[in-house]
This record gives sequence, C-alpha cells and structure tokens, in this order.
Amino acid sequence: MSDRRLDVRKTYKLLINGAFPRSESGRSYEVASAKGAFLGNVALGSRKDVRDAVVAARAAQTKWWGATAYNRGQVLYRLAEMAESRRDELAEHVTLAEGVSAKSAQVVVSRAIDRVVWYAGWTDKIAQVMGGTNPVAGPFFNFSVPVASGVVAVIVDQNSSLGGFVDAVLAPVCAGNTVVVLASERRPIPAVLLGEMTATSDFPPGVINIITGRTSELAPVLAAHEDVDGLDLTGAPEEANELALLAAGSIKRVLRPDGRDLDASLRRLRAFIETSTVWHTIGQ
Amino acid sequence: MRTFAPTNSVETDMTDRQLANSELGFLEYDPAPESASIAQLRPNYGLFVDGVFTDPGSHEQFTSINPANEEIVATVAQASAQDVDRAVTAARRAYDKVWSKTTGAERAKYLFRIARLIQERARELAVVETLDNGKPIRESRDVDVPLAAAHFFYYAGWADKLEHAGFGADPRSLGVAGQIIPWNFPLLMAAWKLAPALAAGNTCVLKPAETTPLSALILAEILQQAELPPGVVNIVTGDGSTGSALVDNPGVDKIAFTGSTEVGRSLQQRVATSQKRLTLELGGKGANIVFDDAPIDEVIEGIIDGIFFNQGHVCCAGSRLLVQETIADEVLRRLVRRVEQLRVGDPLDKNTDVGAINSAAQLARIRELSDVGEREGATRYTSSCALPVKGYWFAPTIFADVAQSHRIARDEIFGPVLSVLTFRTPEEAVAKANNTNYGLACGVWSEKGSRTLWVAQRLRAGVIWANTYNRFDPTSPFGGMRESGFGREGGRHGLEAYLNV
Repeated sequence: MSDRRLDVRKTYKLLINGAFPRSESGRSYEVASAKGAFLGNVALGSRKDVRDAVVAARAAQTKWWGATAYNRGQVLYRLAEMAESRRDELAEHVTLAEGVSAKSAQVVVSRAIDRVVWYAGWTDKIAQVMGGTNPVAGPFFNFSVPVASGVVAVIVDQNSSLGGFVDAVLAPVCAGNTVVVLASERRPIPAVLLGEMTATSDFPPGVINIITGRTSELAPVLAAHEDVDGLDLTGAPEEANELALLAAGSIKRVLRPDGRDLDASLRRLRAFIETSTVWHTIGQ
Repeated sequence: MRTFAPTNSVETDMTDRQLANSELGFLEYDPAPESASIAQLRPNYGLFVDGVFTDPGSHEQFTSINPANEEIVATVAQASAQDVDRAVTAARRAYDKVWSKTTGAERAKYLFRIARLIQERARELAVVETLDNGKPIRESRDVDVPLAAAHFFYYAGWADKLEHAGFGADPRSLGVAGQIIPWNFPLLMAAWKLAPALAAGNTCVLKPAETTPLSALILAEILQQAELPPGVVNIVTGDGSTGSALVDNPGVDKIAFTGSTEVGRSLQQRVATSQKRLTLELGGKGANIVFDDAPIDEVIEGIIDGIFFNQGHVCCAGSRLLVQETIADEVLRRLVRRVEQLRVGDPLDKNTDVGAINSAAQLARIRELSDVGEREGATRYTSSCALPVKGYWFAPTIFADVAQSHRIARDEIFGPVLSVLTFRTPEEAVAKANNTNYGLACGVWSEKGSRTLWVAQRLRAGVIWANTYNRFDPTSPFGGMRESGFGREGGRHGLEAYLNV
C-alpha cells in the first residue's frame, strides 16, 4: 500500500454574477506554468459569457453604488483578509505563472494584499478628495460629487498575474463601478483564485466578474458592447488602437497605457469616475 | 389618455395679442431695439494666426448671416488644411518659445486683462453675438458676455496655483490644444475652452462654428489689445473641413470638442488611433422632473427657462418634462398659457424672449422632428405668435401625451420644443429620466429637500439643477456622462482636461 495520496485538483472556472460556471460554450484551454508544466484546463470564455457578465455587472452596479462608502471599504478589506489567509496558495501560483522564485512571489503577494488594503481605505475618501463645493455667484448651494461611470471592462496586464489584476480591478470597483475582467490569457490562475476569494468577501454578486479566455476573441466584444461605460486597455497594448476605435461607438471612457507608472498615480481612480454637480436654491 | 387642454380653455388671461387689440392696448410693450451699429463690424475678416489677422483676400470667403433677417453680417475666411497647419505651427512655436516659459503669475495677468477687456467691450460683444446668432439681446447681454468675462477671471486665478488643484505637485500642460466650438453660445464657448487651456499653460487653435464666427474674431482683437504673445491663441474660421483638418493635424496634442454626439463619436473614432487627448461635451435630452409639492409659479418659469432659453439651442436644455400625474393637467394648462405669452421676434429688441433659429439647416431639423412628433401621436400645442417673414423662425411648441418611445422623447431636437411625460412615484421618475443614452443635465423641482437629494443621487447626469434650471458659473463643473461625453469644463475639475495628470 502506497503512502502517496492522490491530490484533488481544481477545475478553474469563470466568475459571473457570483457563480462559478464553466463557459457556456463548453470550451476550455490548456494553461501551462512558466516552465511549461500542465496546470489545468481553464474555461475558454465565449462572447456569450462576456455578454452575460455585462448583464450581471449592470444589474449589480446600482446596488454596489448604492451601498455606503464605508460598507464598500469593509468589503474590500474583507478581500484582503481572505487573500492573507490564502497567501501561500496565491504565492505558489504566482511562482508557477510567472516563473519567479518562491521568495519573490511572496513579495508579489504581500504587495498585492497591501494594495487591496490601500483601495479599501480609498472608498470613503474619493468624494472628499475629488469632490467639493463650488462658490457660484448666486443664491445656490452648489456641490460636485464624484460618481462611478457604471460598468467597466478591464483587460488586465498579461504578465503581472496578480499585482496587475489587483490594481486594474480594484481601482474602478472601489469607486463604485462594477467590472467585467478579462484575466491574463497565459497566466489566469492567480486571478481566478482571487475571484474565488471575492465570493467569501461579501461582494454582492456581479460586482466583479472574471472571464478567462482569448483576449483577441473577447476584448473586441467588450470594447464594442453598448452597455459598457469604460474600458481599461492595459492588457492589450498591441490592439489598443483597434479597441479604442470600437469603444468610441458608444463614447466610452478609455484608459490607455502610455508607459507611465499608473500604479503610483490616481489616474486609474480618476479614469472611471464622473463628476456630478448639483445646484440647489437657497432661500427662506 | 388625458385630454389636452387647448388654448381657448384659458379664459381668465389675455394673451399679448388679445391685449394689443383690446382697449387696454396702451399696456402693450413698445419696441425697445438695441442699435445694430454698436457692433462696429468690418465687412470681412481674415484668420487670426500668430497674433495678426491674415489678408481676407488670400482665402476663400464665406458669409455669416443674421438668422433673424438673412442679411449678411460679415464675410469671413475659410481656413484650408494648410491654414490650419500654419496656425498649429504658430501655436507650437509660441508654446515652445514663450508660453511654456511664462510663469503662472504672468499668465494669470494676461487672463485678467482679457476678462477686463471683455467687460469693457461687453455691449459691443452682446450686439455682435445677437446679430450673428439670433439669440435675444437680453440673453447675450445678461448671460453670454458676462459669463465669458467671469470665466477668464476665474481661470486667471488658477494659473499660478496649479500645484494646489489636486492633480499632484507638478502638473504639466499638454502643449497645443485644438478646440472646436458650437454655434449656440459662440463667445461663451470660446471662453470655456480658452481660459482653462491658457491658465494651464497650453497654446490654442480655436475653430468657431461656421454660422457664428464673429464674436470669436472680436475676441481676437481683444487678445491683441491684451498683448497676448503672438501664436498663443490662433482662431481659424471655416466649416466642418476646417475642424477635420484641426483634428487630424499631427501637431495637436489635445482636442476639445463641444457639439453633437454624432460628430463627437466620429471625433473619438478618429482620435482613437493617435495619442491625442480628448474631451467631449456633446448632446443631451435633459429631464426636468416636477413633483406635486413644488411651488407651481416657480415651476412654470423654470420649465419655460429650461426649454425656451436660447431658442432651446442648449445641450443641457430641459427638453423632457416629467411631471407628477397629480398636477400634470394644471402644469400643462399653465404652460400653454405661459408659452402664448412668450415674445418671439427681433432678437435686438430688449423685450424679446425667443429669438431666431440659428440656421436654415437647424430649422429644418426642428420642423422634421416636430412633424414626427405629431405623426407618432403626441398632442401638439404651438404658440399662435406671429413670426417674421424673413429669417428662420419656429414658434415655441409643447407636445403632450408623449410616450418614452417617441422620437421627440429620445432625440435631441435642439430647438424650442418641449415634450411632456408623466410619472407617479419617485422611482418611476428616476427610471424615466435615466432612460436615455445621454447624461448631461436634469432638473428636480420639489420643496422636500430629502427627496430632491434622493433623486439627484440616482440621476445619471453631470449637472442637476434643483428648483432652478440652466444656471452656469465658472466655478461649477459642467459636462456629461454616457453619450453626452466626458471631461468637465468649469471649476477645479475643468483644469484636468488641459493638464498631464
């Protein structure tokens, strides 16, 4: 009798509306580690999956935006708690995906979790930093409030399997947007794991939807979708022009990488925030 | 379906025309025309490039006409792609050699000078604007020109305080800004574009609308009087091809456009394959929501101001009235009476409420959509006012019994046409208000502050007016969501469009 126990492997699935379906198409694709070892058959999302995810994100947006900023902050912080407790698993998969040392992967995970905490702290500061009152010349109380753009499609960095995902996804989410995310095509598994953690972090279903699959097949669907308000093209630098062209069809807000360090600035936060200004009469 | 109250149900009030014909005719207003000669316009204008006007004879020319009588006001130059390129080159040179090396404090003083010069020449600018655009002199005098001056005054103060604007410690200008503006508020839109761009340290090439180029050319004279360094602002007049040449010019770092969603979409497509920055201020189909507790007299004036201000040529016009069912009949009856009292006619007359439609093309569009409104089954009420024989005119019109699916409830008419819809609950009002691809402006009328704020929180619009409508101020950010565009003009937020942040 052998001492070796056969491990139980995981099927890597999509995250749509709080559930973990396989692709409705029944398709999958093989994902290998940086060193070429088989990691799993990951769901190969379809155009229909993307459209379903947009419907879920739209439905969730009113609720997510309607939650208090304090509540959204706590949900994000809860994600950091979940990630901390599964940090070794995340690190292992960062190592496999990116081919970095175990020690480096721990650093990547630490930074990613700290970044989640950073965004958790932003939810109830945005309005104070980006909004304000305006001293109009008349008997009006006038104030500007930053509000979420709505549904944001995020094509995450193809190389940074965890860090890039956290920044690109949590910036719009902390501002009150809901997102449909195309995970890194070659390195999707850390994103899928983080997606699983959102399910135990009190995120309302549909706030974060994650699709794995071919960027070239799915990104144009998101870019052209009329019920998507914003588009982050970080993970598609080569196709950025073509996707930006599709996005113009419904006047989307488009965030394009321009070589500058986005993570150190508030550009990601600003990119999917609108300013709504209210004038109210003052009188007796 | 509710029955529509026709005019003759209003027995208690006399219209102006009834009044004039009665024994109380002496109470009728006498004409109070402003003098057209105050405009002091030249017969023809060249382009304003590198600080000087080019020779008009060296360009193709087109005429700018007074839409109130179809007479030629002045002849202006049609800028070719080469002319645009010269303007961009001048702007680039001015940026590299002068403006980017001018301190914020010095830039501020130029802008303060411009504000003062606009104030000094306010009466002249108001007359030019009314002659060229067709808007009532009361509006160009009391709204367009003072707000244009105020805008320069406001942004002047930012020029040396950019590091305090909340965009980081060292915000940088973008370079050369190409700015394309519409015909509905010609001078004011020029101010909205130029003031923040210059304060942030950019140089500009401004393309005024084809039908209303003149006030921008007077502004060019003002820039000369202010001794703004040559090339910092260049003004190229022309039609859509001039705008296209500006958008496609590789020397331009940023495009700012105000106009229709249709054109904005095509601009975004063209800029998509370049590194140019873009801000768009596009169309709207603003909902004006009236709850049954609102003070009715103010509501009626607010609705009228919301849709008939500037002949309804306003991107944020309150063109969809959403009125609570309990008061719908009364509001409609009073609106019809009020519309009958609007004074439509000579824009130079200080008593005029509604002036001329800006162009034959715009008049055709308003007529077409109004005809569609009738065909789709809405009930039309049009003021019985007499319209001048010459010029482009459209009598103020209200459509009742409008359904959300009607084109007059969905398409931007950009004219003096109001569509009236009803609702029962706040939820329904919000749902109907947001049932549009646009997201520019909305109005909310209620005495209950908590409900107003509840509604305001849920409206997908960049500007929300509570118990007022069509208010503008340089400190107050203006701009849309969704297909009404992106970017803000006005306030601290307006600087972002011209800074590398």
